[in-house]
Amino acid sequence: MITLVLRRLGSVLLVMLIVAGLSFLIFNYLGDPVNNILGVNATLDERDELRRTLGLDQPSYIQFWHFLERAVVGDFGISYRNRVPVLELILSRLPATVELVVCATILALGVGIPMGVYCALRPKGFFSRLLQIIALIGISIPQFLIGMLLILIFSVELRWLSAFGRGDVVQFGWWSTGLLTETGRMALIMPVLTLAVFQISMIMRLVQGEMQEVMRADFIKFARARGLSDRSVHLRHALRNSLLPVVTVVGMQIGSLIAFAIVCEAVFQWPGLGLLILQAIEYADFPVMAAYLALVGFGFAMINLTVDMIYLFIDPRMRRK
Amino acid sequence: MNPASALVVRDLSISFDSRHGSITAIDSISFQLAKGEILGIVGESGAGKSLTGNALIGLLQGPGRIAGGEILLDGQRIDNLPPEDQRKIRGKRIGAIFQDPLTSLDPLMSVGDQLVETIRTHLPLTATAARGRAMDLLAEVGIADPAKRFGQYPHQFSGGMRQRIVIALAIAAEPEVIVADEPTTALDVSIQAQILALLRRLARDRGTAIMLVTHDMGVIAEIADRVAVMYAGRLVEIGPVDEVLRAARHPYAAGLMGLIPSLARREARLPQIAGSMPRPGHWPQGCSFHPRCAQAGPRCSAEVPVLASVAASTVACHLFSGGTALPKGT
Repeated sequence: MITLVLRRLGSVLLVMLIVAGLSFLIFNYLGDPVNNILGVNATLDERDELRRTLGLDQPSYIQFWHFLERAVVGDFGISYRNRVPVLELILSRLPATVELVVCATILALGVGIPMGVYCALRPKGFFSRLLQIIALIGISIPQFLIGMLLILIFSVELRWLSAFGRGDVVQFGWWSTGLLTETGRMALIMPVLTLAVFQISMIMRLVQGEMQEVMRADFIKFARARGLSDRSVHLRHALRNSLLPVVTVVGMQIGSLIAFAIVCEAVFQWPGLGLLILQAIEYADFPVMAAYLALVGFGFAMINLTVDMIYLFIDPRMRRK
Repeated sequence: MNPASALVVRDLSISFDSRHGSITAIDSISFQLAKGEILGIVGESGAGKSLTGNALIGLLQGPGRIAGGEILLDGQRIDNLPPEDQRKIRGKRIGAIFQDPLTSLDPLMSVGDQLVETIRTHLPLTATAARGRAMDLLAEVGIADPAKRFGQYPHQFSGGMRQRIVIALAIAAEPEVIVADEPTTALDVSIQAQILALLRRLARDRGTAIMLVTHDMGVIAEIADRVAVMYAGRLVEIGPVDEVLRAARHPYAAGLMGLIPSLARREARLPQIAGSMPRPGHWPQGCSFHPRCAQAGPRCSAEVPVLASVAASTVACHLFSGGTALPKGT
């Protein structure tokens, strides 16, 4: 089991190295950093001077090594646009996105799994047919449209919720949270809903499909023949056996939620990483883009690692002595 | 009714409701199981053996339903009880063993936990007491080193071992009756013999009545006390195992026994009964075997034969109750 964990860690390292390579390429070879920093009117001497200070006169592999050295300690350079260290910029935006994604995931799991279980147990009932239709709609509508519809209803028409921003936040060191203030919580509602609608629908359909499949398995029939209560048969045996694929998909979805919260953040002007990367792309702010890529890559790798660990926890067949 | 009967099935009919009306799959079968007796139920696939077993454990799957008759457990009628009461009987008073031990156990739960879960569903025991009982059960069904095996998962056991665990689960609450549906079909022959010996011991030592559904005559010959032969949803012959195996009366039963290959005679072609068994909804008029029966007469296509005693057996065939000619006056 320990070797399995170590092997997974090894593959995470490999992935991170490749992602770092890509970030390095963006950082060094997309546009000319010297031009970007000094502008086009600098003299040749000034350029050579900066080139030496930045280490750009050295061979690529040494530059890559230095890039790695700096990346490990979180030094991704200075943002061209904001003139502050990239790490500082990212850390200031990270909490907003993490809060958004975590809330959306909790909502998606908390609503999607029970809905899926319900539909699996009563596939022909009126209510589950209704839920399935809603889920189909939820999967089909593009995210930005959901966001705009919500804004139209709750901000423009009803005037209940603010259409943009995070509301008031409370600061804990570098972490800022909107969960502790009334306006912060109110501001979370619509973006979280926007992000979660697709996830809820998908998780519901996934759980329903898997569970209906598992309910036909022999061990479920045998569990009934053992006289176990319906509750125990459904939740302890059928649901648990249905969750393996759900774990995989949810893991992948959380990763993409972080990355693709971009759309949602743009619609709600949510001051998170998504908005930051949009601005960075607009201004060709390569250090921010490189750091964002590395960070998202790291996030994905960590989530995959967690999923593998959860797999080991749930499924004894995966554990090898 | 025989007072020692653990289970009595009387005129049990099962039908399936479909858009085209109701189709009868089991037509009014009756038999009983004495305490400690092993009754073999044989017949071709689709004859209704497993369906009967499922009805006994109250697990008929929709759209199938009990259309008539009654099932009595220790003199008490159980087929019309509310679902929750039926559930309490399942596992507690009627245990079940299924065909494939590889898929009968929950792969994500240790065998010990599955045992404890079953025990605590039916018996008011503390976790520790249930654990002790689970160990005893594992030992009883012949699992070596129960303390070590307790925490292991199904995939760490071989097929034969898993069927032993399935049996341990089935007897966890000491049921009076066990319905074993093809318990050895998925196992290789040497393991089969061990599992059969285990079942035999349960019947003898605990007085458990076992209804053994199978299509393997070898299994029947080895452990059954009595045999019931089913054909197209009806019981055609039931009697002591020696009687039925050696001298079956019903032409279908006799044909079936004639199919058992023998090492003593070598044949170029294995014998077979011509034709195939009709599916539910397509049963012919009268005796449902008559289109395949060499001895059929005019009465066979007109009148369903009823069970009648012939020596130690009971047979449903006109040959043994008045002949196959149509009675005068019809």
